[in-house]
Amino acid sequence: MGDVMKTPNSKLFMAALAASVALGGFAAPAFAQRDPAYAAARSAGQVGEKMDGYLGIVGSETPALRAIVNDINIKRRAVYSQRAQATNATLEEYALTAGCQAIAATSAGEKYQAPDGSWQTRTATAPMRDSRCP
Amino acid sequence: MTAKKLTDRARLARTCDMQGKRLLNGTGKLAVPVLASLALAGCITVNAPEDAIVIELNVNIRQEVIYRLAEDAGSTIEKNADIF
Repeated sequence: MGDVMKTPNSKLFMAALAASVALGGFAAPAFAQRDPAYAAARSAGQVGEKMDGYLGIVGSETPALRAIVNDINIKRRAVYSQRAQATNATLEEYALTAGCQAIAATSAGEKYQAPDGSWQTRTATAPMRDSRCP
Repeated sequence: MTAKKLTDRARLARTCDMQGKRLLNGTGKLAVPVLASLALAGCITVNAPEDAIVIELNVNIRQEVIYRLAEDAGSTIEKNADIF
């Protein structure tokens, strides 16, 4: 390894690696894409965005769907709690706000939960959201 | 004899009164556990408002708080696109 480090090319490589690692903490999540199973369930309308900021199962529950939803929601909750602490808000406040944004960010054909609790399919028009949503 | 009969009748009437009083006393004693159960019921109903308060906390998330967090939540969703 010591011999390799002496060559200029490997030094350049290591510097690039170090830089990518340093940037990676911020840049990588921004470009991270949905898990294929989650993306498929989402576009098929099997899962939808709930008002409370978490993912829900729209139709009949299957173990596979439950696994996807639980996995996403656990990760979301971790992010929410982290950001809630940073913004001096409660977990519920932050999650509800994220729910507003997540429902607004749904694309046509995806499912979301209306204020009355019913599942709706997103159309080209604005979704039905909580009156407090910005 | 007639006087004795009258007094006997009167005694019977008194015993009837006494029985009535005993019944009243009985209900008076019963009222204590009833009050105690009401007090216990009061303890139970404390749980109901607790639940209601939890719901109110969810409902009473103020719009101004959501507006304050909106920008941060929006960027959080963008940064964590894999889970949104």
